[in-house]
Amino acid sequence: MALSTEDIKKIAHLARIEVNDNEATATLNKLSGILGLIEQMQAVDTTGIVPMSHSQDLSQRLRDDVVTKTNEREAFQAIAPILGNGSAEAAVANGLYLVPKVIE
Amino acid sequence: MINSSLKQLGEMLQAKKISSVELTQSFLSRIQQHNPSINAYIALDEAKTLAQAKAADARIASGEASPLTGIPIAQKDIFCAKGWKTTCGSKMLANFVAPYDAHVISEFDKAGAVNLGKTNMDEFAMGSSNETSYFGGVKNPWDFDRVPGGSSGGSAAAVAARLCAAATGTDTGGSIRQPASLCGFTGLKPTYGVVSRYGMIAFASSLDQAGPMAKSAEDCALMMNVMAGFDERDSTSLKREKEDYTRELYNSNPDKPLQGLRIGLPKEFFAEGLDASVGKVIETAIAEYKKLGAEIVDISLPNTGLSIPVYYVLAPAEASSNLSRYDGVRYGHRAESYTDLMDMYCKSRAEGFGAEVKRRILIGTYVLSAGYYDAYYLKAQQIRRLIAQDFVEAFKTCDVIMGPAAPSTAFKAGEKVDDPVAMYLQDIYTISTNLAGLPGMSVPAGFSTGGDGKALPVGLQIIGNYFDEARILNVAHQYQQVTDWHDRMPEELK
Repeated sequence: MALSTEDIKKIAHLARIEVNDNEATATLNKLSGILGLIEQMQAVDTTGIVPMSHSQDLSQRLRDDVVTKTNEREAFQAIAPILGNGSAEAAVANGLYLVPKVIE
Repeated sequence: MINSSLKQLGEMLQAKKISSVELTQSFLSRIQQHNPSINAYIALDEAKTLAQAKAADARIASGEASPLTGIPIAQKDIFCAKGWKTTCGSKMLANFVAPYDAHVISEFDKAGAVNLGKTNMDEFAMGSSNETSYFGGVKNPWDFDRVPGGSSGGSAAAVAARLCAAATGTDTGGSIRQPASLCGFTGLKPTYGVVSRYGMIAFASSLDQAGPMAKSAEDCALMMNVMAGFDERDSTSLKREKEDYTRELYNSNPDKPLQGLRIGLPKEFFAEGLDASVGKVIETAIAEYKKLGAEIVDISLPNTGLSIPVYYVLAPAEASSNLSRYDGVRYGHRAESYTDLMDMYCKSRAEGFGAEVKRRILIGTYVLSAGYYDAYYLKAQQIRRLIAQDFVEAFKTCDVIMGPAAPSTAFKAGEKVDDPVAMYLQDIYTISTNLAGLPGMSVPAGFSTGGDGKALPVGLQIIGNYFDEARILNVAHQYQQVTDWHDRMPEELK
């Protein structure tokens, strides 16, 4: 399972993190050490063991189907990022968030 | 006064020997004096802090005080506090002013405690030295060349340097206990689900747990009385009766207060990898426990070594999912220039996250990707059960488990920065309790003199069974009645 810099770029794309060639090489070295550590798990026989996703055996709580939250749009939009690409305005308009055009 | 316990401070406040404003100002002036060199706090707001202190004084005057009313507490910058900058140690949230309060913050507010400021931390709590913080490293108050541990490094340094009466932390793989060991104070990670995670910025949700960082076990118990409790807004918060965590502290047999307590010593915690001078301090502490009436039982936690590989699959997997919310759309960092939506996501995240956070997101993305899920993620979850099962077996023959909290004393800044695997091994004794969901503490147990002659603190770890916080707090408290390690502070900072 030795990774290549191409693999790193592919994983980085899946994670939506831009990496350049230098970063991919540096990351590869560090990640290889970590994956080597993780590889120790493969020596353990886990046949028939039920995976443990959580330390408490909980089932999801249900609540009454009533409104519990109030509209706080203005407070939340007050911390919107700036638009970017030359504009220092907040990336909001008419109560909506502004992003680059997705549909032509 | 800076060395007074929370109980003493509470009594002084309520007897009006001192006001909360005076107490708060004395800590603020210590912060002004020492924080520029230590870098424990990354956000201070004197006006807000003093307004809370004034309100606390009014509450005390009206006779409605509770034990922590008027006491200045430092808050780890992972907790959202309304109107406060809440950065989680990241450039991604460098300008984020929280629009609401975390459960922990609102519980301290309700108790009338004073928020002294937000403390430095490893970025998104990913680190064991506080060196991954976007806002710079934190100095260990015992030796400024060394790290305070992490990820709750700012809270740790603030407690050790007496820049607060007590602090909050969070512990995903050891982030309360390892810095408590390296900085010489008392820290508790509660049973998973006891303290609400609402408003606590998520790293690995099945492991994250908030807890107190303070001078003594008694202080931690008083903090727990405020922090713990059911909260509807955290889906994993446990519905239990409200507990008094101080209830076991004051009713012991004075000669043999721990008569009959069975202490399990896991052989894996004393094997290769443990610094010999740390091991010696732990042995001396165990001998002290025998004098208090405890019995020693040899136990084994055979899968301890696997806890690190398992953790470095599960925690990054959960982190890669949790941190996908930082996309530059609604809050947090957005890249200055970008071509389209995909480019905006990729650049905003590349610029906003530091190297260690990116590494963990990439590991998590990889182990969850098609074709690798069974070999890594599922396998790790299976071994997680084996690790939890080890504890179930061990607690059949003992009441508490003891050992070191960290394999060494504080290391030098820069020493492990370029070697993530060496950094990860710092948490070898703490991670398994997070995987199992058990409560654990680190308690000051003495000092070890490093190569350059400076005495550095060593922490004794005490692990309890599920919901045994009150018991392990008492086990620590009784030790603190016959030792004074927890009262020590660095000479230069007195």
